[in-house]
Amino acid sequence: MDGFPAETAPPVGTTSASPDDRSAPVDLGAAVRAGGDDARDAEGDEVVFELRDLGVSYSGVPAVKGVTLDAYRNQITAVIGPSGCGKSTLVRCFNRMNDLIPGATVHGEVRYEGQDLYGAEVDPVEVRKRIGMVFQKPNPFPKSIYDNVAFGPRTLGLKKGLDDCVEQSLRRAALWDEVKDRLKSDAYSLSGGQQQRLCIARALANNPDVLLMDEPCSALDPISTIHIEDLMHDLRRQLSIIIVTHNMQQAARVSQWTAFLTVEVADDDRRTGHLVEYNHTEKVFTAPSDARTEAYVTGRFG
Amino acid sequence: MASPAPGSRLVGEGASRRTGPAQWGFRAAMLVSLLIAMATLVALLVQVVTEGWPRLNLDLLTSFPSSRPRRAGAQSAIFGTLWVMGVVVVTCIPVGIGAAIYLEEYADRTRWYNRLIEINIQNLAAVPSIVYGILGLAFLARGWGDLGPTVLTAGLTLSLLVLPIVIIASREAIRAVPRSIREASLALGATQWQTIRRQTLPAAIPGIATGSILALSRAIGEAAPLLLLGALTFVTFNPSGLDSAFSVLPVQIFNWISRPQEEFHVLAAAAIVVLLVILLAMNGAAIWLRRRYQRRW
Repeated sequence: MDGFPAETAPPVGTTSASPDDRSAPVDLGAAVRAGGDDARDAEGDEVVFELRDLGVSYSGVPAVKGVTLDAYRNQITAVIGPSGCGKSTLVRCFNRMNDLIPGATVHGEVRYEGQDLYGAEVDPVEVRKRIGMVFQKPNPFPKSIYDNVAFGPRTLGLKKGLDDCVEQSLRRAALWDEVKDRLKSDAYSLSGGQQQRLCIARALANNPDVLLMDEPCSALDPISTIHIEDLMHDLRRQLSIIIVTHNMQQAARVSQWTAFLTVEVADDDRRTGHLVEYNHTEKVFTAPSDARTEAYVTGRFG
Repeated sequence: MASPAPGSRLVGEGASRRTGPAQWGFRAAMLVSLLIAMATLVALLVQVVTEGWPRLNLDLLTSFPSSRPRRAGAQSAIFGTLWVMGVVVVTCIPVGIGAAIYLEEYADRTRWYNRLIEINIQNLAAVPSIVYGILGLAFLARGWGDLGPTVLTAGLTLSLLVLPIVIIASREAIRAVPRSIREASLALGATQWQTIRRQTLPAAIPGIATGSILALSRAIGEAAPLLLLGALTFVTFNPSGLDSAFSVLPVQIFNWISRPQEEFHVLAAAAIVVLLVILLAMNGAAIWLRRRYQRRW
């Protein structure tokens, strides 16, 4: 485990669903999808998530309500909106992270691959193994770089091929070349941008089908942000991404679909977020159908 | 020179206030307080070391108590202390960490019984040690436990005494692990227990270890509850097991000081130095641990 050779044989420890982004895709679906950007966009009508009248309340007080949208496979779906509109709350419904907040209740429907995510028989732990998440502030574990990436696979019970899995995940997160000689060093010795890519690698090590990103660049400098955005473009070939961002330019740069949420202040000062518009990113930014969306994307409020 | 230069706006009365007489007076008062505290400590140390100096040698550690002060030592008391502390470590630390994990990670604070437990633990930390001695005597040495005045009784009693300290320190250490670490682990599909065992607890270990050492150093200096339990003041043998009679250093010191002969007082001073060295070493280890492994999140 003391540093891998730079060039290794094809990985063995992982399933075919995680091709190295530099090598040829292995499964048939990926091969079709890899036909170029246009082909992928045209193909992106396969629904991964269906949200129907989704809402979240904290101790009975609604934070978001009435969100209905479909997120598509191999697409990047951006969720934008002013502070307090419930973007993060919404994205935490996709992997049942809201379960962990005392008093939080989710109503409405979230279907993942056609299955009700909040069904009685669904184990949230299994959900989170399939749907990875990257948080606003880089949050590596206080362990070595290697152990950070290996945590997920180890939790899943993987023992053999761990080295390969770690290398592959770090390569997919475009971090391998920077850390291959110091896999044993503390994750906190990395820069902020590297730490965030480490967190992405850590999520990728589980071979998730979906990656949720909750303002992944808000704590990073512009160069690191570009790194992460490039990475998202590459990752889109293999999985679906849902990104929350307060940066409209970022949403415009990276996403194919954009959901715009806004916040409504009721008479009793309760603030509830709701979905205003959901469409192709291009439409949302150039020809929004709602006046509030237009005001927001042109910078007149928020 | 019609308008003041821009830099003149930075001039204010605060500048003189920070160097004025009130400021100096306050500093001087604080310095005096510090000096009083330090001087008392140094005076005590010097006094005890000079008094005990003639008997500060290996004989003190290797001889058993004797009615002739010249031949007396504290070996059985030192071994008794080790035995009792062993029982405290084995019983108190696992229970304390377990309780801390429950309270921090599982307990629903909206439930009345969890709040009751929390308040009680805070209160227990403030209960005088003699009360624990009465408890140990009533329920462990006699009555319900019926263990007699043994190493086990003493260990369990001291364990109860410092349990609140271990729980409170462990809770603080666990609470200091940021929520983002737990979230990262759970988001990777780890169960709550896997998250605690592989992330939260390892990250909290330095804090828990520091708190536990400080708790042990509290226990090691206790004499009152053990006297009540029936610790012997004259033991010429080392403990042979958990059911053995015993003495400990503070009890031995108490015994020697209460003797009329001057030579026993010298012996007591020497034993105090030994106890102080052990305590300082333990506290030093705690400080070292904290500085070495503490992480700024």
